[in-house]
Amino acid sequence: MAGVSGLVRRPLQQVSGLLRRRFHQTAPAALQVTVREALNQGMDEELERDEKVFLLGEEVAQYDGAYKVSRGLWKKYGDKRIIDTPISEMGFAGIAVGAAMAGLRPICEFMTFNFSMQAIDQVINSAAKTYYMSGVAAQHSQCFAAWYGHCPGLKVVSPWNSEDAKGLIKSAIRDNNPVVMLENELMYGVPFELPPEAQSKDFLIPIGKAKIERPGTHITVVAHSRPVGHCLEAATVLSKEGIECEVINMRTIRPMDIETIEASVMKTNHLITVEGGWPQFGVGAEICARIMEGPAFNFLDAPAVRVTGADVPMPYAKILEDNSVPQVKDIIFAIKKTLNV
Amino acid sequence: MDRQGQIINPSEDPHLPQEKVLKFYKSMTLLNTMDRILYESQRQGRISFYMTNYGEEGTHVGSAAALDNTDLVFGQYREAGVLMYRDYPLEQFMAQCYGNVNDPGKGRQMPVHYGCKERHFVTISSPLATQIPQAVGAAYAAKRANANRIVICYFGEGAASEGDAHAGFNFAATLECPIIFFCRNNGYAISTPTSEQYRGDGIAARGPGYGILSIRVDGNDVFAVYNATKEARRRAVAENQPFLIEAMTYRIGHHSTSDDSSAYRSVDEVNYWDKQDHPISRLRHYMQSRGWWDDEQEKAWRKQSRKKVMEAFEEAERKLKPNPSLLFSDVYQEMPAQLRKQQESLTRHLQTYGEHYPLDHFEK
Repeated sequence: MAGVSGLVRRPLQQVSGLLRRRFHQTAPAALQVTVREALNQGMDEELERDEKVFLLGEEVAQYDGAYKVSRGLWKKYGDKRIIDTPISEMGFAGIAVGAAMAGLRPICEFMTFNFSMQAIDQVINSAAKTYYMSGVAAQHSQCFAAWYGHCPGLKVVSPWNSEDAKGLIKSAIRDNNPVVMLENELMYGVPFELPPEAQSKDFLIPIGKAKIERPGTHITVVAHSRPVGHCLEAATVLSKEGIECEVINMRTIRPMDIETIEASVMKTNHLITVEGGWPQFGVGAEICARIMEGPAFNFLDAPAVRVTGADVPMPYAKILEDNSVPQVKDIIFAIKKTLNV
Repeated sequence: MDRQGQIINPSEDPHLPQEKVLKFYKSMTLLNTMDRILYESQRQGRISFYMTNYGEEGTHVGSAAALDNTDLVFGQYREAGVLMYRDYPLEQFMAQCYGNVNDPGKGRQMPVHYGCKERHFVTISSPLATQIPQAVGAAYAAKRANANRIVICYFGEGAASEGDAHAGFNFAATLECPIIFFCRNNGYAISTPTSEQYRGDGIAARGPGYGILSIRVDGNDVFAVYNATKEARRRAVAENQPFLIEAMTYRIGHHSTSDDSSAYRSVDEVNYWDKQDHPISRLRHYMQSRGWWDDEQEKAWRKQSRKKVMEAFEEAERKLKPNPSLLFSDVYQEMPAQLRKQQESLTRHLQTYGEHYPLDHFEK
């Protein structure tokens, strides 16, 4: 009996308790915090919470940070937790990575992100990739098209075959602007037939112009570099099933020849992009954005699809490496999915 | 020269003619005057930013005077005296700081980022020490061209900690380039004193590690700087090898207008250097002891230089800003189609809505 009454009573108490709490509950007044203060608070809290956390960078200690984000932290935590470094972004970024590898939790502050470019090797090749890296592949195999394609002031070209390589490098050398030429190591040893005009000393491929490697009617397939070859293979396979792919070799990443892609999409009504680079913020993303912004959007019968490398640092084991980049079967799959066949 | 302007070792007196020494003095003091006025103008909100050269004028002028006019200069950001010695007009200094229509940089960079092709002074770039490998590359090109031309690369003791400095030194030595590395060791990198920047024997001691002949000089003795640079230049051309000069000096001013150095050093320390060991006063003592200068002339020159600076200053402030359509040019050598479209779009927009913009401040 006692048990049952107890059971009955408790819920009632709980309910009235809840009601009582509700009445007295008021939300805290909205607190205005600047971004600087928020960052400072965040760091302060983490420094307090975990002894392994420390801050290093130029002017972060007694000076309170060049932009005052670390104000008060040196005074509170001292020399062991807040460290002023000599002027070497590459140096202290590397040190931060090493400290992290040894079990500490560094906050590595670059005075401005422009200066982080002096440490970009440490940030990408050491910090970003270390956890995954087990050999040479991760630091030698990444596609930089999206990285360099992002920057005004650079031109970026990406050859696929021998003709591309020759014509583009000659144009690049003659161009008065800085040109990044993204050569794919795996293509170095692959032979291609060089047509007569390409054998001339004055053979140039214009920077900023894509090439339609294979005309088609059902779908536009856009790629650059080594994947162009895979796309052509996929197109051959699909041709036997009656699907005619129009394969476009971009040749130039920046300035991108979007007009050729648009004209093709307006003809075929379907689009996939293929690249070896990582999926986020990549070449395919840029193409899709531009298609949406231009006249070809209204001609799409299906959403455009990106076929990209896997979202991991490149693994070393051959079988894993092969599976981290788009293969012919992936391209065929994407085409069929887009065409709904 | 000692602190009273007396030659210590007569065999090292460069015996420069009066005219040249006067030019040294006037360059240093004109720079000092310009610095004072432009620093103030930033405090008054008239320009956005400024960096002074107080205390380091000797390093600029002594070295610049020892070079040929065509020698290529790569600086860090505290070498305006080199340009001043090469007769860069006050109007041009001001134009860059104000970003007005006469600025060769077309208003794109923050103040003190000077550049002058005619005077062979490469445009200043903010990230530290990036100029060092570039200078080496330019020196290599100069060697290939066989042109009796060297490159001088200035940087501070803090920037020497950068990885780029290591790479630059090593390549200069292995590629045998005619380059002078000139380190202004001024005691501070913003607030970081040399005791926290390095534990070795400064920058000069690093040179031999790369196979680079190095020397440390009193940076506030303009003749010592001159002598070292002159000899380094002679040998760099004759022998195609790099030289490292570490000029010991002191940064009397704040790092920039964004800094208040009283937060990390005492006023007494600053005053000591300002009063006891300043390159300008040391040279003045020298000139006075030779009867080449006196208090009358000092007074007159101060008035005249101030007037010159003020005139250029007021003129620069009155000038228009560059045409907005210059936003789109110079990204590439030729303007790409999509930028041209954007430029035309802006032009059209301004034609219709121009009245809502402060177009009067900009050149048409």
